[in-house]
Amino acid sequence: MKTNELISMLSLQVDPVDTREVVRNVRIAILVGAAASLLAVVFVLGVRTDLNEMHAQNFVFAKLAFSLSVVILASHYLVKYIRPGGEFRARFALTVLPFLAAMIVAAISLAAAPRAHWESMVFGSYWLECLIAIPTVAILPFVAIMWAVRLAAPTDLLRTGALAGLVAGGVSATAYALHCMDDLLPFVALWYGGTIVLCTIAGAALGPRLLRW
Amino acid sequence: MTKESDLKALMAASLEGDSSAHQSLLTALSGYLRSYYKSKLVRAGRTAEEAEDLVQEALIVIHTQRHTYDQEQPLTPWVYAIARYKLIDHLRRTRASTASVPLENAENILASDDSVATESQFDLTRLLERLPERMRLSIQYVKLDGMSVAEAAHRCGISKSAVKVNVHRGLKILAASIARETKA
Repeated sequence: MKTNELISMLSLQVDPVDTREVVRNVRIAILVGAAASLLAVVFVLGVRTDLNEMHAQNFVFAKLAFSLSVVILASHYLVKYIRPGGEFRARFALTVLPFLAAMIVAAISLAAAPRAHWESMVFGSYWLECLIAIPTVAILPFVAIMWAVRLAAPTDLLRTGALAGLVAGGVSATAYALHCMDDLLPFVALWYGGTIVLCTIAGAALGPRLLRW
Repeated sequence: MTKESDLKALMAASLEGDSSAHQSLLTALSGYLRSYYKSKLVRAGRTAEEAEDLVQEALIVIHTQRHTYDQEQPLTPWVYAIARYKLIDHLRRTRASTASVPLENAENILASDDSVATESQFDLTRLLERLPERMRLSIQYVKLDGMSVAEAAHRCGISKSAVKVNVHRGLKILAASIARETKA
């Protein structure tokens, strides 16, 4: 086949295209994934019963501030990475900020507490549930986000997959915060932060396999 | 005017649906792509036909993925990223080289232009024959015979958007089959 014949073929009747659609797809997928996670938490795990009390609300807000800042930062970079060459201009080092902030606050609160309380502050009552629930619920937003990313053309599949996992983990943790009764900051920093990192690693492992084009 | 701004202006027009701008853009890019792939492959003892296969695959990809270009960004890194991605994919597929492709300055993709086209190893008609009938006919009518989408839709007895989807998917499969069959 001659290349100029191919070019003539490709250039016959060129449709106008919308270059913003790929970003819109990802945003919609994140919202759909968030709705699915929320439904899963509300109907399978149940919302915490004391949500109308002031002190519970404060803790929920603190958890949401952490998980939502992860989602917002990571999705900001994800929509750059879905385009070819996006990795040349986006550095996502800033996504560690919420984790760093959570760890600092957790360290301060541990330092202010007597050593005998440390174990309960770190492990809470339901660390195992948290460890299982966040990555499991994250599958829903992860599937939606990967589907949307596949409609674009990332060229750094490892990092794009990692960012998709990070967003999915953040979305899942946001939903899980409505159920979780463990409110102390060291718990949140370790189990929320740790499970979101797990989701990121899973995303990085799956990216090159699922996103090839 | 620099190469970048010329090419970017062509891309902007092509994204609006300007066919002649699209043709000029692909023609200009084919020269840079040929030079890039030849420098990577021929020097390593591969044939010019193999490089031409990659040029054609990259052109189809640039065409079918043009919606992934961010109009607020320069065009050169986008083209370079696609060209490099397809090169790595090709090297991995032909298993001839485990050496990694170094990440260069994206502007290097425009460094030299090679307009001496060799023929690729493919026969378009033969590749088209292997597509599912609805895709093959849609591409035949719209992209080879130059029928309007409405006309093609009428001929095939399907909707206009179905014709567009068939053309798009068919071209993607075409690029994939070029990639699969390219012989090292």
